[in-house]
Amino acid sequence: MDLGSLQRRYIDFTSALLREGILDGQFTQLQQLQDESNPDFVLEVVTLFFEDSEKLLNELSRTLEQQVVDFKKVDAHVHQLKGSSASIGAQKVKDVCMAFRNYCEEMNQEGCLNCLRQVKDQYLLVKNKLETLFMLEQQILAAGGSIPMMW
Amino acid sequence: MANRRVSFADDRQCKVCRRWRNVLVVLFVLCWFSCSIFLLRGFEDNGILEKLGVKNLQNERKKTLLDQYNRSKHQLRALAKLISPFNQDLETVSYEREAVKTSEEHQKIFPETWFNILALIVVAIGLFCAGFAFGRFSKSSHEQFQNQKHYKPHNSKGSGKWSKKFLFLGVLFGLLVAFWIFVNMNADFTERRKETLVNMCEERARMLQDQFNVSMNHVHALAILVSTFHHGKQPSAIDQQIFAEYTARTAFERPLMSGVAYALRVLHAEREEFEKKHGWKIKKMETEDQSLAKDDYNLEKLDPSPVQDEYAPVILSQETVSHIVSIDMMSGKEDRENILRARATGKGVLTSPFNLLKSNHLGVVLTFAVYNTNLPHSATPEQWTKATVGYLGASFDVPSLVDKLLHQLASKQTIVVNLYDTTNVFAPIRMYGPDVDGAGEMHISNLDFGDPTRKHEMHCRFKHKPPPPWSAITMSVGVAVIVLLVGHIFHAALNRIEEVEDDYRQMRELKVRAEAADVAKSQFLATVSHEIRTPMNGVLGMLQMLMDTDLDATQLDFAMTAQSSGKALIALINEVLDQAKIESGRLELEAVAFDVRDVLDNVVSLFSDKSQAKGIEMAVYVSEQVPAILIGDPGRFRQIITNLVGNSVKFTEEGHIFVSVYLVEEVNNLEDDLCETLSGFPIVDKQKIWENFSKFKSSTEGNNAINLIVTVEDTGVGIPQDAQSRIFTPFMQADSSTSRTYGGTGIGLSISKCLVDLMGGEIGFVSKPGIGSTFSFTAVFTEGSKTSGDIKRHFSDSTLSDFQGLRGMVADGRCIRARIIKYHLQRLGIHVDIVTNQDSARSTILEACSTSGRSRLAMVLVDKDAWGEGSGISFPQLIECRQNGIVLSQERLPKMFLIATSLRPTEVYELKSAGYADSMIKPLRLSMIIACLRRALGVGHKRQQVKGPKALGSILHGKNILVVDDNAINRKVAACTLKKFGAKVTCADSGKEAIRRLQPPHNFDACFMDVQMPEMDGFEATMTIRDIENRVNELIKSGEASPEMYGNVAHWHVPILAMTADVIQATHEQCLRCGMDDYVSKPFEEQQLYSAVAHFFESDMIGVS
Repeated sequence: MDLGSLQRRYIDFTSALLREGILDGQFTQLQQLQDESNPDFVLEVVTLFFEDSEKLLNELSRTLEQQVVDFKKVDAHVHQLKGSSASIGAQKVKDVCMAFRNYCEEMNQEGCLNCLRQVKDQYLLVKNKLETLFMLEQQILAAGGSIPMMW
Repeated sequence: MANRRVSFADDRQCKVCRRWRNVLVVLFVLCWFSCSIFLLRGFEDNGILEKLGVKNLQNERKKTLLDQYNRSKHQLRALAKLISPFNQDLETVSYEREAVKTSEEHQKIFPETWFNILALIVVAIGLFCAGFAFGRFSKSSHEQFQNQKHYKPHNSKGSGKWSKKFLFLGVLFGLLVAFWIFVNMNADFTERRKETLVNMCEERARMLQDQFNVSMNHVHALAILVSTFHHGKQPSAIDQQIFAEYTARTAFERPLMSGVAYALRVLHAEREEFEKKHGWKIKKMETEDQSLAKDDYNLEKLDPSPVQDEYAPVILSQETVSHIVSIDMMSGKEDRENILRARATGKGVLTSPFNLLKSNHLGVVLTFAVYNTNLPHSATPEQWTKATVGYLGASFDVPSLVDKLLHQLASKQTIVVNLYDTTNVFAPIRMYGPDVDGAGEMHISNLDFGDPTRKHEMHCRFKHKPPPPWSAITMSVGVAVIVLLVGHIFHAALNRIEEVEDDYRQMRELKVRAEAADVAKSQFLATVSHEIRTPMNGVLGMLQMLMDTDLDATQLDFAMTAQSSGKALIALINEVLDQAKIESGRLELEAVAFDVRDVLDNVVSLFSDKSQAKGIEMAVYVSEQVPAILIGDPGRFRQIITNLVGNSVKFTEEGHIFVSVYLVEEVNNLEDDLCETLSGFPIVDKQKIWENFSKFKSSTEGNNAINLIVTVEDTGVGIPQDAQSRIFTPFMQADSSTSRTYGGTGIGLSISKCLVDLMGGEIGFVSKPGIGSTFSFTAVFTEGSKTSGDIKRHFSDSTLSDFQGLRGMVADGRCIRARIIKYHLQRLGIHVDIVTNQDSARSTILEACSTSGRSRLAMVLVDKDAWGEGSGISFPQLIECRQNGIVLSQERLPKMFLIATSLRPTEVYELKSAGYADSMIKPLRLSMIIACLRRALGVGHKRQQVKGPKALGSILHGKNILVVDDNAINRKVAACTLKKFGAKVTCADSGKEAIRRLQPPHNFDACFMDVQMPEMDGFEATMTIRDIENRVNELIKSGEASPEMYGNVAHWHVPILAMTADVIQATHEQCLRCGMDDYVSKPFEEQQLYSAVAHFFESDMIGVS
């Protein structure tokens, strides 16, 4: 694939992510923050997000499987997850987290489990997409091009 | 609020109830009065009737008396005896007295019954009313009780039924009373009638008896006459002729007798001799045939009497009965018995009634025996019989007798009189009177005609049926009608009350529903507004980012339009939210210490862009008498002023907007300097607004209360007269075209009014189209002490102390403008003189140059339009012109500042060369002045000022900022964002870490703190930090610690901004309560970040131009 089509694909992919609402403006802001002094900023943050989220999701699964659910703990975890996802702009994850917190307030275990599944799905989806995006970036950089800025 | 309204409504209902009750009571009293008047009048009328009746009776009696008197007179005349008339008179008088007495008795009886009736009626009505009132009152007390608890409609209905029952009972009782009155009066009436009848009957009976007795007495006298003159004299002094003549002449004495005759007692042995002596045979009285017509009665036809032991032939007779001479009286069965009885008793005896001979009238025969000796009364019958010599008979014609008698009496027509002989009880013989039975009851009077063996009775009846007892009927019907009427009135009233209560209940339900709906509406609005804000923030953020990208002019224009629309929408939503909050009563005012002047600076800086763009002069002036620190709600106070100023900015195209704050007490002595206005444009007379404020009339408030009056005047388009009345109504703009021209919802003023009301103030305005509007409001605050630590102040005391004691001069031709500049400079502790004249300004400056020390003039501020358009710019040149020759070092000259509404680039260049140190663009505000003065005078700690490419960059550049967040990603993103604006960012991952790092001394300029963190959240952390800071400040203040120990900072207060995802009011308020200075949304939104941060760093900013 030549550089031009790679870059076009990159742009298409990013705008599709934004259009579908998987990512939001915050992600583009993150991209803006990345510059020469901080070349891997987005990657760093996103990787941090992946690590953090996986830890939280595991924690959540374990907490919710217990006989007596500590909803406070769940809520704290979900809050964390929500904050992280909002910061990187993973909008869908954030949205599910908001619903998740409502169920936590109601102490609705079933709803929580349901939300956990959704959060996992959404998380995997966004992780998948972001990994693809980074792969594209790597390819573009490898081809000697620059990452196209959509703005 | 709602509760208060309900209770108010209850009060009103009670009042209505009371009014109804009062009306009822008045009505009742009226009824009672009319009732009693009616009764009294009825009583009087009846009394008169009664009197009349008595009078009639009296008249009758008098007549009778007169008759008797007359008769006695006749008798006297007949007997030729003289009796003194005095006796008679006495008798008359006594009679009359008796009559009067009876009539008095009558009159006595009636009032008694009447009072009884009255009392009963009063009692009845009283009962009736008491019942009614009880029903009502028990009801109202019920309701009052209910009002305190819950509303139960059934009970009130029940009590309504109770009062209806009472009403029904009352009416029933009233009707019973009416019936009782009728029965009573009717009985009374019948009684009276009966009495009258008895009286009349007795009277007639006595008269008849008297007259009869009189006649009888006369016959008796006649008997004695015969005994004396016929038998006592030899030869007899009386013959038939004398007897006839005497009897005829004394017939008037026996008005009831048809005739008298004398029969001699002749024994059988003496018959021959007797017959021979008189020359006729003793004849038998009766033929066998009694029914024979008596008209052809012929003496000659009669048979001679058969042989008997004794005979009683008539020898002397009155002419009227001459036909019976020679008839043997013993031959008639009746007469024989009579004769035997008469001679045995020595008294007059009567026959039973029979048809008289010849006259064919029913009559009785009275027989007296004539004795030869005068026997004592105790003589035995045998002695009487033996002494008998003859018999004197007289016949009474009963019908004519009675007729005559009745004719003498009045009211013959009213009663029927029957006379009966009741010797044989089982077969009474009617002697007089019509056959027909009279109507109604009958009275029987016994008659004593002097014959104990005979019994007579008089039966009296009323001829006519008694007339219906009209008075009783009218009276009872009247009472019944009154009772029914009163009952009806009460019933109607009850129904009406019930109706009204029903209506009231319905209305109350509707009201409750309406209020519930209203609350629901407000809640809905609040919810929806909040929900809309979240996506709107997204829209605005994206637009902001879009505008940061490389757009061409058209695109940028579109994006800017979209963003401004979005901002307007957010503002509108916030306003609606406020309105909803105020309406649902959830808005509560804070009571925190704040600086009014700061608030006003804040407002002014908000609108500075707009006013500069429009070229409007905007200024703020706060009176010296307004305390520096007030306690109240700065946010809401700012909101009101922002609304008013926003309106003014919106509607003003040229001229000025002037915000002034005074104490209410001060305003009254303020008229002297109203002569000129800020921009020279005319303004409306604001005194008119103040006249309407009640505070001005009674300005005696509590000692601690500070009454501020804030006035915002503009020279805008003004409000049309017809729209001025609805200016404070929500969503009403002066004109529908206004919203098209200027935008806005028109909710701002309504909110302002609500807020002013909440602050215990009043708002008003005066406006003239084409001239401008002036809005003014008052608000009540309390004075705060300057030492209260947690005041949010943007400038530390050290900043202000930089300028303390400096001297300045304001040169301006328009004193009001000069005074505004002076006000700002005085806040910094600078002594300011105002010079209005250009020449004296120059000389003052030159004078000041030669002095040194504290009194040296440090600055001169000149308005660009000080002495006319643009004349200020050339002012320094004037000084230098005169300076030629005299060496005056640049150092000694005071720094010159130009104050302008706007400056063209050429003018900026010009003023530098003219000798101005710097320029200030209006609106003036403290932060700007400080920055400008610092730069020019070189006071205070200088920081490296690097102009950033962007506004945010310019204020954040080089700042040490601490970011506190437990979430690593958030932390990283926030840090990176801030770094991008040139800030030096340090991160902390927990509240505890933040406290450790913010322990004074430190070199952080600000701290961004996440609110929600495990272990210690942002609020707690902030509170701890503030505690520590306060302690340090205390130490420094008290001198226990030198400022050097704490990095040369006299007052520690690091701005802490909350980072929160939910940007709702509650969180905001909590932030402020915990000592945070402001809040920003997370993730950062550039504009919001700017507005929050600008607050703290603006003073270090270099002039905007």
